[in-house]
Amino acid sequence: MIVQALAFYLFAAVTVAAGVMVVSARNPVHSVLFLILAFFNAAGLFVLMGAEFLAMILVVVYVGAVAVLFLFVVMMLDINYAAMRQGFLQYLPVGALIGLVLVVELALVGFSWVASSPDAPASLAGVPIPPIDEVHNTKAIGQVVYTKFAYLFQMAGLVLLVAMVGAIVLTLRQREGVRRQSISAQVSRTREEAVEIKQVPTRSGV
Amino acid sequence: MFEIGLEHYLTVAAILFTLGIFGIFLNRKNVIIILMSIELMLLAVNINLVAFSTHLGDLLGQIFAMFVLTVAAAEAAIGLAILVVYFRNRGSIAVEDINMMKG
Repeated sequence: MIVQALAFYLFAAVTVAAGVMVVSARNPVHSVLFLILAFFNAAGLFVLMGAEFLAMILVVVYVGAVAVLFLFVVMMLDINYAAMRQGFLQYLPVGALIGLVLVVELALVGFSWVASSPDAPASLAGVPIPPIDEVHNTKAIGQVVYTKFAYLFQMAGLVLLVAMVGAIVLTLRQREGVRRQSISAQVSRTREEAVEIKQVPTRSGV
Repeated sequence: MFEIGLEHYLTVAAILFTLGIFGIFLNRKNVIIILMSIELMLLAVNINLVAFSTHLGDLLGQIFAMFVLTVAAAEAAIGLAILVVYFRNRGSIAVEDINMMKG
């Protein structure tokens, strides 16, 4: 129990600290690296909550794909990030004010909810979590995602497909003045327009 | 103190969500950091969903978190693609320069 508590506090503290560094780091590359750290520790929190599959998905999708995409864009675009930080402190008060308001609101919601909530009966669960020693987390998710939520799963795939097509269409460009191979033009050439036979008289040029 | 319950996870998620909002206001000029702040907020939402899923003994929360993850990945891909195209056209991604559609 105490090990679990210590692990929770470690993961939570590192996640929050990394989150602070994401929004306040001077260099966007460092921001991305701290974002990766935050995702890793959030995956640790997921494991503590018993959602191992989501933890691994978080590491694969966020650290493996999204964060690397961010890193790629940050490094590819040639931007003066120092100039962008002008007025950083000027926005600090309004940001802090809105953050404070949000914290107070969330705390109010949290306290009033905890005070009034009865213990939820397990029979209300739409998909009850099976006991962990019989069916592990990944299998339990697989058992419902391919049956009960098959359409939803397909929709998620469709969202990803549209995102992929959209990203490709957005970044694809036809540049002017670039010589590129035209296979149809090459194939449709006939012998008559490609080869010309000249009768060259002896001892004179063409 | 050493009994980790739902409230602890909700607190972490609330702090992360607030940090995301705070980051958007703090880095008003830098779209990339704004996108990263949005990712932080989505992470906080996912922590909330999984925490309630565990607390209520309902697997639905984890499945929903999976779909949130999908949408977050799609959003990041499209957002960064738009950013790259915008930088190619204008040579800058400063937020205050993005006013071509202003009436």
